[in-house]
Amino acid sequence: MPRKEGGVVGEHRSLWPALAAPGVVWLVLFFLAPFYAIFAVAMGTVDPIFLQPQPEWNPYFWDPSSFRDVFREIFTGGALGDTFVRTIGYVAVASGLCILIGYPVAYYVARRAGRWKGLLLLLMLAPFWINYLMRMLAWVNLLDVDGQLNRLLVTIGLLPQPRDWLAGHHETVILGLVYGYLPWFILPLYAALDRIDQNVLEAARDLGASPFKAFLRVTLPLSRQGILAGTVLIMLPMFGDYYTPNLLSGSPRTRMIGNWIDFFVNSTVSAGGQGAALTIVLMLFVALLMVYYLVSVARATREARG
Amino acid sequence: MSAEAVVARPKPGILERVRAWLANPWAQPRGLAVFTWLYIAWSLIPVAIAVQFSFNAGRSRSTWQGFSLRWYISDPDLSVLHDPSLRLSLLQSLRLAGLTMLVATPIGVALAIGLARWRGRAAQAANFLMLFPLVTPEIVMGVSLFLVFTYLYDFIPLGTWAQFIGHVTFSISFVVVIIRGRLFAIGRDYEEAAMDLGASQTEALRRVLLPMLAPAIFASFMIVFALSIDDFVISQFLSTGAETITIPVRLYSTARLAPSPALNALASLMLFATLIAITLAGLFLRVARRRQAARGGSAVQDLAKLEF
Repeated sequence: MPRKEGGVVGEHRSLWPALAAPGVVWLVLFFLAPFYAIFAVAMGTVDPIFLQPQPEWNPYFWDPSSFRDVFREIFTGGALGDTFVRTIGYVAVASGLCILIGYPVAYYVARRAGRWKGLLLLLMLAPFWINYLMRMLAWVNLLDVDGQLNRLLVTIGLLPQPRDWLAGHHETVILGLVYGYLPWFILPLYAALDRIDQNVLEAARDLGASPFKAFLRVTLPLSRQGILAGTVLIMLPMFGDYYTPNLLSGSPRTRMIGNWIDFFVNSTVSAGGQGAALTIVLMLFVALLMVYYLVSVARATREARG
Repeated sequence: MSAEAVVARPKPGILERVRAWLANPWAQPRGLAVFTWLYIAWSLIPVAIAVQFSFNAGRSRSTWQGFSLRWYISDPDLSVLHDPSLRLSLLQSLRLAGLTMLVATPIGVALAIGLARWRGRAAQAANFLMLFPLVTPEIVMGVSLFLVFTYLYDFIPLGTWAQFIGHVTFSISFVVVIIRGRLFAIGRDYEEAAMDLGASQTEALRRVLLPMLAPAIFASFMIVFALSIDDFVISQFLSTGAETITIPVRLYSTARLAPSPALNALASLMLFATLIAITLAGLFLRVARRRQAARGGSAVQDLAKLEF
């Protein structure tokens, strides 16, 4: 017999919100309020004597002048403008490479690996639990002037003498981004490919599609959600990355937006306002990606709930 | 499948095999298999080499000079055990991870149960708020926490306490994701049965649901530990100096300036700690699945779902 919710009358009404309360309060205090603080600092003023930012908590008095400064620098081709173009370029190339490398791997593990599937999945997940900085440290070792890569390339004759890979090369930074974020692309794609019903493919074959055509017309469209989810998942952190270019190059030639934010917030006293404004610009920039991701997660949760 | 029927002839020559492959490259995905294993090798071998050189007897990070524990314990000045800057960062990472685990897990479990049962507009808003930290770029969270502790909550100093609060904030959502997965799998039947037998809602929660969730709760403890040890951006934005530098921050600041195998040793220790925590989490999730005869998948796949 289905019974009314709650054992004791009145108890159930307040129990669930009460359980959720500590978490909600925590997130309001330490996630929402800090979020607001970015706006307060970005729209605030700067103390003329100590050059300290003065946050403005009342939206009525918000002063968007640090935005004007940031936007002017971006659109008049200053250093900040170059950085924006470069960041978009890095993220685009790295995401493209992730799709090219990641799709075959995810496809093989999800649909073709047979008895190796379990082992491959485990190995594919391993990079998630190896610290990102440690994975970059591994490459700093390998790419050093007297590191293993140079030795290998000189021994087999591809390079006449060792090359300083860590001295501000675009290709090194892109390699780092691809190496760092590829696992996050592969995983949702793997899940999407794994879900595809084998019967659908067999139906396509029975109806006369060649294996290649079946892949192109059935598998690929059915995995589109996975490709999108994976791409969004890696683009979000890539746009905010500053440690990869810093560790693998450290040169102004390979600066990304994140490096400016890191610089404004961590290294200067006076430019907190500019750092906050730039953070907001970054957020506007990735807002579309964030919304897409939130909507798709919410949809998946609803489906799981039934 | 029709591919097997074609390969009835004995030993096709190389030309025929090429032709067969061209006609149907999808029949035997050898190229894909090689590509996949190459990718796996590329993704893991650099790290394996880094771990190997943490055991190097010499100072080099590229020439192997024999096995030793010099960079872990024996070197009197430069080993992780004796170099104060390395030892402090190890302690700071462990302290933060322990504290975060103890606070974020209970909050997250309660939030997950609350959100799974609580209906209405406020519940939807709370659910949305919970999802947000999962999609916010870390640098945005780092900047926002730095600013709020500097200008609004200035009674909480930057450093360990601010780092701890930051770590709890991003961990809560992960706990909710893990626990919620289990809650959907368990369903409401057991609780309702307990209530039909006279238990109150609270009793059913405490004596039926929580014991059933126990393995997933232990898994959450371990995963929060691993997440906290792994965090870099928030720890860096909220650190104040030598004493609040965690292992990843130490790696970041030293990797290019003064690298030594001791740094590899420190990174390897962090790797071992994370792997132990994650293995335990995987085992707990496996127990959880066994107990509830869950449909399909494996504990590894449960861990995989976490990254969404």
